[in-house]
Amino acid sequence: MKAALWRLPLVDETQPPSQTAAPGHPRSLYKLCDLDSNGESMKSVLWNPSGDGTQLITLSDQHLKIWQLNADAQAVEEIDTTVLEGKGQPRFTTGAWNPHHGGSQVATANESTVRGWDLRSMRQVYALDNAHGQCVRDVDFNPNKQYYLVTCGDDCKVKFWDTRNPNESLMVLSDHSHWVWRVRYNHFHDQLVLSSSSDSRVILNKIVSLSSEPFPHLDDDDDDEEHRETHESSSPPADGVIATYEEHEDSVYAVEWSSADPWVFASLSYDGRLVINRVPRTEKYKILL
Amino acid sequence: MAMFNLASSKGLRPAAGVLARYYTKARDVLHQYQHMSSFRDIQQDCEVIVKDLRDCLKNHFRDPKSTPKQLTECVDLLLQLKEPPNELCDEYLAHAKERLDENLLELRNQVNLKQDKCGGSHDDDTTTEANVDVANQGIMDILEFTDHGCNNFLSNISLVIASYNELFSNRNFGQEDEQQNLDAIAREKIVKFVLSLMGEYFKIVEDRLELENAHGDDQMLVRSLDRFHRRLQAVEKLMPELGVLRSGGNIITRAAHKRVQFYTQALQRQFAASLTDVRQTLAAPKHQNHEKNQSLAELRSNIHTAIVGHVKTALNNLKSFIGTDITFAVRPYFRGPFCSDDIRQSLVVNHITHVISSAQAFCNNVREKTMHAPPSLILLLSRLCLDFHESTVDYLLSLTDQQFPVDEEMGKGSVVTSAAELTDNAKTASQLLINHFVRIQGLTVSQMIRKSVETRDWLSTIEPRNVRAVMKRVVEDITAIDAEVGSLYEEGSRKAHSSDSSKWTYNQQKNQQRSQWSYTPSTGFDQSLLSNIQKLFSEKIEIFSAVEFSKVSILTGIIKITLKTLLECVRLRIFSKFGLQQVQVDTHYLQLYLWRFVSDEKLVHVMLDEVVNSTVHRCVEPDMMESSVVEVICERG
Repeated sequence: MKAALWRLPLVDETQPPSQTAAPGHPRSLYKLCDLDSNGESMKSVLWNPSGDGTQLITLSDQHLKIWQLNADAQAVEEIDTTVLEGKGQPRFTTGAWNPHHGGSQVATANESTVRGWDLRSMRQVYALDNAHGQCVRDVDFNPNKQYYLVTCGDDCKVKFWDTRNPNESLMVLSDHSHWVWRVRYNHFHDQLVLSSSSDSRVILNKIVSLSSEPFPHLDDDDDDEEHRETHESSSPPADGVIATYEEHEDSVYAVEWSSADPWVFASLSYDGRLVINRVPRTEKYKILL
Repeated sequence: MAMFNLASSKGLRPAAGVLARYYTKARDVLHQYQHMSSFRDIQQDCEVIVKDLRDCLKNHFRDPKSTPKQLTECVDLLLQLKEPPNELCDEYLAHAKERLDENLLELRNQVNLKQDKCGGSHDDDTTTEANVDVANQGIMDILEFTDHGCNNFLSNISLVIASYNELFSNRNFGQEDEQQNLDAIAREKIVKFVLSLMGEYFKIVEDRLELENAHGDDQMLVRSLDRFHRRLQAVEKLMPELGVLRSGGNIITRAAHKRVQFYTQALQRQFAASLTDVRQTLAAPKHQNHEKNQSLAELRSNIHTAIVGHVKTALNNLKSFIGTDITFAVRPYFRGPFCSDDIRQSLVVNHITHVISSAQAFCNNVREKTMHAPPSLILLLSRLCLDFHESTVDYLLSLTDQQFPVDEEMGKGSVVTSAAELTDNAKTASQLLINHFVRIQGLTVSQMIRKSVETRDWLSTIEPRNVRAVMKRVVEDITAIDAEVGSLYEEGSRKAHSSDSSKWTYNQQKNQQRSQWSYTPSTGFDQSLLSNIQKLFSEKIEIFSAVEFSKVSILTGIIKITLKTLLECVRLRIFSKFGLQQVQVDTHYLQLYLWRFVSDEKLVHVMLDEVVNSTVHRCVEPDMMESSVVEVICERG
């Protein structure tokens, strides 16, 4: 198995949508190149979230490779590579690119371990051993706090970590009753955390105590809001489940926040059902006001 | 006068009394007529004589060999001779103190000896001979020690108090107010004196009792405490205002408390030991499953009788503290706190809580000790907690209440943990443990399935001729678990089986639709819609959910976890035609053997349907095998 890099066709805004073109495929993708994995199965391809968008990494069974798009964006070249070593032939299962530190750090998961890699030296910088009971299914970085990440796995748990203290998790959520496949921080309000599981549930959590805003509006910038704030209840909001979404009938393998609207998210289950939900209005106001 | 002179000239002690008497009589006269030279001479002579007499008396007074009677006489005379009573009291007490200090020193030596011995070697304490001479450097046991203390120190101090009272209080001489004054001073002095000495004595006794803790016999301890208490009663009678009995009572209470603590720790140690035993037995290799199950039921009764037996023994031993012939046992200040606080609360309730919590500790995998506990142990502990919930707690508590009865009056002010609270705790622990058992067993089986699905190349597999070995292994393991659980838990209820329980095949139910689907792709939508609608109406299956205390429920839990894992793993792979057919064979095999373990066979059917469905979705060339062929393969395997 391999991965490939594609170019989306430029959307020509001046042309009216063509009625005659075949439905579904008005313009075709243009394939730039293959990302070779030497016969290993490709687990993940990640763009560098910070930087000029010319760097990407691929995770195959045992290799972590960095690729650089060349100047005219026509081809990629392999810059560096590292091999996952250990007993029992460990294999990467998933990974996430840390948006902080100028994109120099990547976290990968293999079985129950999460490893942090420094891409400049291609060395492992930390490891969360036995992060989950069996398999770590997903990793996501807090978009606003540079050392914080969240993981989920086959022990039905969602765990929060500070990578500076890899021995102990900061918090464990055990609301799901089967494997947790995906966990996602909201891009704007990192107290909102979504998780999806093969118990066919999606759970929206509010983890204020580990977020970048542990107390509502400590920043003095927006005066008018703070002024209003003082009239509201002063007790800090508690952590916990905001809502459980049970619209799916089968395992939910993906959940993702909208990149445009911070209050919208979508979840996708095995039976092909895509559900789009909104953060409950009351919670939204609690965060905003 | 002549008589006086005679007596004085003689200077003999028996005459001293006479002399003093005459001197007292003559003193005033002499004093009155001292201006007359003849009388002055006589007075001077007398004074010299009296001074000699005083010295002589004082010598007697200080002489350690003087008997109490002689002492009394001396004091009597000295007081008549207008010697200041303050000094006399002090001197008398100082004199007494010497002897008592000697006694205390002996006792202290004993304690030190014992301490050295305890520090040095614990084992050969039993060699201590009876009737050891102190000078012999022998070590007394606690009974001898107490006897020694009672016979020497306590009787001496009683004697001192008694004679002191006789000497210095209620004397009929001097003025009324003077006498009262004297009494008060004397009293104050003796109280201070006795208090300090008794304090020291108590301290020594307590130190000694402390050393008695690690080993030894309750009977003996109780008997010595009883003697101690009886002797204190005598002292108490002499000087009721000191409250020595109360302090002594406190010492006894503390000693009893220590003893209870010792037994509590012993019980915990014994429990830990029986746990270790059980673990070792479980870890020991067994040849046959059958044998193992027998031993599991056996182990359950073993550990149960061990716990109950140990508590019973401890209670029996401690029962001597409240024997009917024991004087302190009837004191309310001892009995109430001892029975309810010490025995019931810190021994029995504490131990039950300890057992439950240490069993529960096996649920979390954090600690090193509990991390790699064998599943059988978890199962056993869960059953143990359930036994506690059902009967043991009630039994132990009623036994305690019966052997150490506490009436309302005595039990006032002590905390009483109700049996209900403990049984609830036991139930919670049992539930947690059984859930944990289901989880770890489910995961072990899942792990097998997962590895087998993940490592196989499903795209280039050959046409299935056999059930895969791993499926047989799964069925074997689940059968073993079933037997194991069955030896500890009752069967439990299950839904009635339909007559064709073993006849399920994926094909029979879905073949028609499936073949349609493969020929006309447009109905694929209907198909998935159909299955979705079906799911809407079927109950959602909770995978890691709580189970009931029955074999069927436990097994259902494990099988659910296993099949769900199979489902999830299948969905991550891509299958060729033969891969799909292999899955078909495997699921049919599982169905053949698993339905009998679960509460509702429909559950197995639904989940296996899902597995095959998902495989079909992940198959590049969905072409099912004939159901008759599948059956033949399974029956052959």
